[in-house]
Amino acid sequence: MTATAFDDAAQREHAAVLGLWIFLISELMFFGPLFLGYVYGRVQWSAGFAAASRATDIELGSINTAILLTSSFTMAAAIALRELAPRMARALLLATATCGAVFLAIKGIEYHDDWRRHLFPAHAFYFDAAHAQAAQYFFWIYFAVTALHALHLLIGIGVVSALATRAQQANAPRWELTGLYWHFVDCVWIFLYPMLYLVGTR
Amino acid sequence: MSSYLGDGYTLKSWLTTRDHKRIALLYMISITAFFAIGGGAATIMRLELATPAGDLVQPHTYNELFTVHGVIMVWFFLIPSIPSVLGNFLVPLMIGARDMAFPRLNLASWYILLAGGALTLYGILMGGVDTGWTFYTPFSTMFSNSYVVIVVIGVFVAGFSSIFTGINFIVTVHTLRAPGMTWFRLPLFVWANYATSIILVLATPVLAMTLILIALERIFQIGIFDPALGGDPLLFQHLFWFYSHPAVYIMVLPAMGVASEIIPCFARRPVFGYRFMTYAILAISSIGFLVWGHHMFVSGQSMYASVVFSLLSFLVAIPSAIKVFNWLATLYQGSIELSAPMIYALGFVGLFTIGGLTGLFLAALALDVHLTDTYFVVAHFHYIMVGGSVAAYLGGLHFWWPKISGRLYPEMWGRVAAILIFVGFNLTFFPQYLLGYEGMPRRYHSYAPEYQLLNVLSSAGASILAIAYVLPFGYMLWSIFYGQRAPANPWQATGLEWTTPSPPPTHNFAQTPQVTQAPYAYTREMPS
Repeated sequence: MTATAFDDAAQREHAAVLGLWIFLISELMFFGPLFLGYVYGRVQWSAGFAAASRATDIELGSINTAILLTSSFTMAAAIALRELAPRMARALLLATATCGAVFLAIKGIEYHDDWRRHLFPAHAFYFDAAHAQAAQYFFWIYFAVTALHALHLLIGIGVVSALATRAQQANAPRWELTGLYWHFVDCVWIFLYPMLYLVGTR
Repeated sequence: MSSYLGDGYTLKSWLTTRDHKRIALLYMISITAFFAIGGGAATIMRLELATPAGDLVQPHTYNELFTVHGVIMVWFFLIPSIPSVLGNFLVPLMIGARDMAFPRLNLASWYILLAGGALTLYGILMGGVDTGWTFYTPFSTMFSNSYVVIVVIGVFVAGFSSIFTGINFIVTVHTLRAPGMTWFRLPLFVWANYATSIILVLATPVLAMTLILIALERIFQIGIFDPALGGDPLLFQHLFWFYSHPAVYIMVLPAMGVASEIIPCFARRPVFGYRFMTYAILAISSIGFLVWGHHMFVSGQSMYASVVFSLLSFLVAIPSAIKVFNWLATLYQGSIELSAPMIYALGFVGLFTIGGLTGLFLAALALDVHLTDTYFVVAHFHYIMVGGSVAAYLGGLHFWWPKISGRLYPEMWGRVAAILIFVGFNLTFFPQYLLGYEGMPRRYHSYAPEYQLLNVLSSAGASILAIAYVLPFGYMLWSIFYGQRAPANPWQATGLEWTTPSPPPTHNFAQTPQVTQAPYAYTREMPS
């Protein structure tokens, strides 16, 4: 394969960025049924959803939110400093990936606690009888959507790490594409955090 | 410059190709195989239905047969048919590009489709699925004793093939149009594939997640569709039809694109109302997202929601009718030549019109109560999907066959097959409208004796249709070896694809073409 479809690098770059945006819109629709399922449950049992939400670990959830927001900052800073301070930029990429890994570790601890407290809906689920049904439904959505998010974050960590190992050779669009994906995963969490942790006033 | 067909003869050169034209042929071969499987299932069903008693297969087997037929035909034949075969081959050629924007992703899409197909076939061979292609809950999640999980995962995987193909088309059309190829100089086939891609990208992921939720619910016996848990099976139907109604437009919009290329060429007239044709395409693809609830009129959804869905379903008929009238107006005072592709295209217009008008019967709230889950529905969507989309696919395959293969197909045989398909199709499916109107329910392997006459007619039509589908397979294969060599532009058609040699070289154009005029610059005098 000698020739490609593109005339020049600018056209190729435009195509890549457009392609990723469309992919991210598609990703958003992929999360859609889980959000719709959540809305249905929240309308059906608003008190039950509030009670179930109070059972989530708000400390760990908030710490994780802070970590992800920080990672988006380091990602954006890395892109801004790519040419000015390449070594710094590379360090910031590694910081981004590390934030992602810490997030996943904390999430793992949280899952373990949830399991121990009988909140995993398909195994020995137990909840206060008044809201048991709503809570079981809530935690089904909770596990499905946070696991899907974690899977995306795992891919994000891989992509950012791959960029960090070849930071010098990678061109500007490669950085931009990596950043776009990372911010998308972060944005999804920004919606999940209030939905799962904050709806029940404590 | 050698043709794309001569650019390597090894199996490896095909399986690792990034040439959009070769990938189109890979798709063509695979979906032909899937069509044979889906068609085989339909053949056994029509044999069973030739007599009122259930005497050929067990009821359970019959359930599996219509599920196999639906799953394979929808996701592994119709959805990829025109976009992935003809669209893949033609969109870059029509816009004056050397390839698709993401050639490797294009090849990956084909492998993903095959992987999905392999999983689905594995599930079918292991013991099959009996849920129908719609996988309705709670039957699919709690009661069915069949291989639901593996099949929904197969369809899930195939969905990514759709999404990646959609992304590729959208980006290709945005970024790789030749100089002078403005949006309103794009052939309608390109517009149709563009609009289809938007649906592929927005609707397919919703289906994908819904299928995953089905699989999880089946594995864990708990989930959001489970009524025992306070979940709602209707939630599944909403999500399923949010994809599966627009999926009808994934099948029919590209078919409309094909008809819009063939009809002007064989009427020697510019397409009538080009701009309105493009607006109609966009209107169909956007309103098509808002009508899914008309599949659920008797499901117990809110009456007010039903009224709105009914109204919107009527609205989608308006752009569809604009297209039909514009095709007819294109024919007016044309110099019409009834070649094989034209017979398919005119058949498409007629059958699409019947399918569309009977769709209005079903969109009418009161009438739908009577017609839901009867053969009327079966006849309606087969008029759109088979009489419409499959006919357009075959018409397009004939029309562009000289470009694809570099050979001419035997015209006489082409016409015979096209007419046989038209006759066989109508004989198969028109009686089903009458059966449905008289109240025969779908998805049963036996029926009351008074329905036998119409069922026998339908089965007889199916046998004609089966033979008629085998014909093109035979003579097109023959033409590859013995057909007359095709000139660059055998139909004196407009369009950039016809400015390349037949078959085109690997990178399509030696020089990037300059476009200076609108498409369809046909005149009534045939240039000699």
